[in-house]
Amino acid sequence: MESVGENNRLLEVIDLKKHFPVKRGLFSRVQGYVRAVDGISFTIGREETLGLVGESGCGKTTTGRTILRLLEPTAGDVRFEGRSVFAFNKTELRQMRRNMQVVFQDPFGSLNPRMTVGSIVGEPLAVHRVGARRERRERVKELLQKVGLPADAVNRYPHEFSGGQRQRIGIARAVALNPKFVVCDEPVSALDVSIQAQIINLLEELQEDFGLSYLFIAHDLSVVQHVSDRVAVMYLGQIVELGDAEVIYEDPKHPYTVALLSAIPVADPKTKRKRIVLPGDVPSPVNPPRGCRFHTRCKYAKDDCKTEEPKLTDRGGGHFVACFLEESPDELRRAQGEGK
Amino acid sequence: MTTQNTDAVSLEATVLRKPGLWREIRRSKMAVAGLTVTSIMVLLALFSLAGDLWEGLRALPDPKDTDLQAITQPPSGKHPLGTDDMGRDIASRIVYGSRISLSVGIVGEAISLAIGLAIGAVAGYYGGWLDNLLMRFTDIIFAFPTALFAIAVSAVFQDRTVVTLFLILGLIGWAGIARIVRGAVLSVKHHEFAEAARAIGGGDARIILRHILPNSLAPVIVAASIGVAGNILTEAWLSFLGLGLEAGVPSWGNMIRDGQQFITTKPWICLFPGLAIIMAVLGFNLLGDGLRDILDPRLRGKQVGGGP
Repeated sequence: MESVGENNRLLEVIDLKKHFPVKRGLFSRVQGYVRAVDGISFTIGREETLGLVGESGCGKTTTGRTILRLLEPTAGDVRFEGRSVFAFNKTELRQMRRNMQVVFQDPFGSLNPRMTVGSIVGEPLAVHRVGARRERRERVKELLQKVGLPADAVNRYPHEFSGGQRQRIGIARAVALNPKFVVCDEPVSALDVSIQAQIINLLEELQEDFGLSYLFIAHDLSVVQHVSDRVAVMYLGQIVELGDAEVIYEDPKHPYTVALLSAIPVADPKTKRKRIVLPGDVPSPVNPPRGCRFHTRCKYAKDDCKTEEPKLTDRGGGHFVACFLEESPDELRRAQGEGK
Repeated sequence: MTTQNTDAVSLEATVLRKPGLWREIRRSKMAVAGLTVTSIMVLLALFSLAGDLWEGLRALPDPKDTDLQAITQPPSGKHPLGTDDMGRDIASRIVYGSRISLSVGIVGEAISLAIGLAIGAVAGYYGGWLDNLLMRFTDIIFAFPTALFAIAVSAVFQDRTVVTLFLILGLIGWAGIARIVRGAVLSVKHHEFAEAARAIGGGDARIILRHILPNSLAPVIVAASIGVAGNILTEAWLSFLGLGLEAGVPSWGNMIRDGQQFITTKPWICLFPGLAIIMAVLGFNLLGDGLRDILDPRLRGKQVGGGP
């Protein structure tokens, strides 16, 4: 479907859906479903980073967790090296987890406060019975060194470390088993800007050393721009635009992407960029708008957009857009200028 | 993001931090008072045990020795707390009684903990119909009258020893623990570190035992400490009603029963075991309250389950 070649594909996500039942009343009757992820498809190549952006509640995190089967999917499929992740039984799933790992957003909540750093980082090795106890200890020290923590961290507890250091611990745990694919679920959103850069550099280093593929989830486009090869933009459980990172940033086609990009602060005070403020709130994912999901907030919405759903179609060079607008971004921007 | 951070902070407050715990206990007046009283009780029990094991250390008369020449004597130099209607030394019986009260309180609570932790953890972790089934069963046990259960157990076992009391208290007392554990597990299981353990490939047993339970223990420790007090009290009233230990065994409840007919004329026979019960129950309750303030500041001033 996309620009990733057939034999270079590591992960394929095919029409993935995850709906959460909304229960209410005395006997917990199901009243409806939160369509957190509602039919998304993409592929990730070997050693590639796919950035996944969108505002809070658009289903980014749910996507990551469903791919890892931390949540059971409602529909669709995820294929890892050609094998369906959702068809695995318990034993196969355990084996698969060696290859697919996750780095969490919250450096405080993601480490067990009652375990030493050594046992946290060594736990994946212990679970999968890699090597003898002594070998595991050596490997843990190696990993800590690799992520830039002192070797004496082994016997200390997570609360003795700062947010950035804790995130390093979480990263060491994620790469302990030499995985091929890591979901980075907003790994830097909870950190200071100065620390963010360090963690991102670490993730990039590890990608080179271990040959990792990342699904990099974030709500901050400037971070994603820096790390991603390709970027997918999500809105209300669906992908609205997907393409090479440079293309997305230089030539965004979807009005939502344009609005998101306008929110990135620019360091140069001379650059004048119109900030596009989207009217209204994100509609409820329990009852998403008919037609194009973005039409309630889109200033270019026509009648068609309210009834028909635009399909994610290739605009050339693997740049996919789900929008009826045909215009180039320049025309879009000029139109915005006139609109103001 | 902000909410997650405050969440993490409050979680940390409930966690037993190794270096600071002792210092915090010393800062809490309630915990110090409770710890002092319970320590004295433990020392008394150890003291009587030592006297039993090595003749040379025996400082008190045998609590079962009757001296019909000296019945119902008021406190004196020879019998510091007096003697009862069979001429047995009350001080000695109280010291021996502390052994029974302590063992009944602690072993009974240990059985409650074992059952309550298992049922609460399984119910909270798996949820769904299993949770419903286990918690409704817990409700039934919670509503079951202890005295009735004690009569039933006494009917099954021919003689009533401390072991039957362990069973009575243990098999009844776990319901409160199970509820507390379930609640704690529910709140901890959605933390990211539990999810991380699953992402690593850890099985349910590992996630429950290594990640969820250790982080759910703070309220359980508090409830267990207060539960020991409840067990001591329950043993006393069961024995007083004749449903507990056999007559003649130096338990505090038995001593009060022995003395009740003399309560207006020879009050010391009831008074001293009664004071001992009050001190012991107060001690464990204070310890529990103090630990709660330290381990779980959010619960300050609220009633935690446990007790009769």
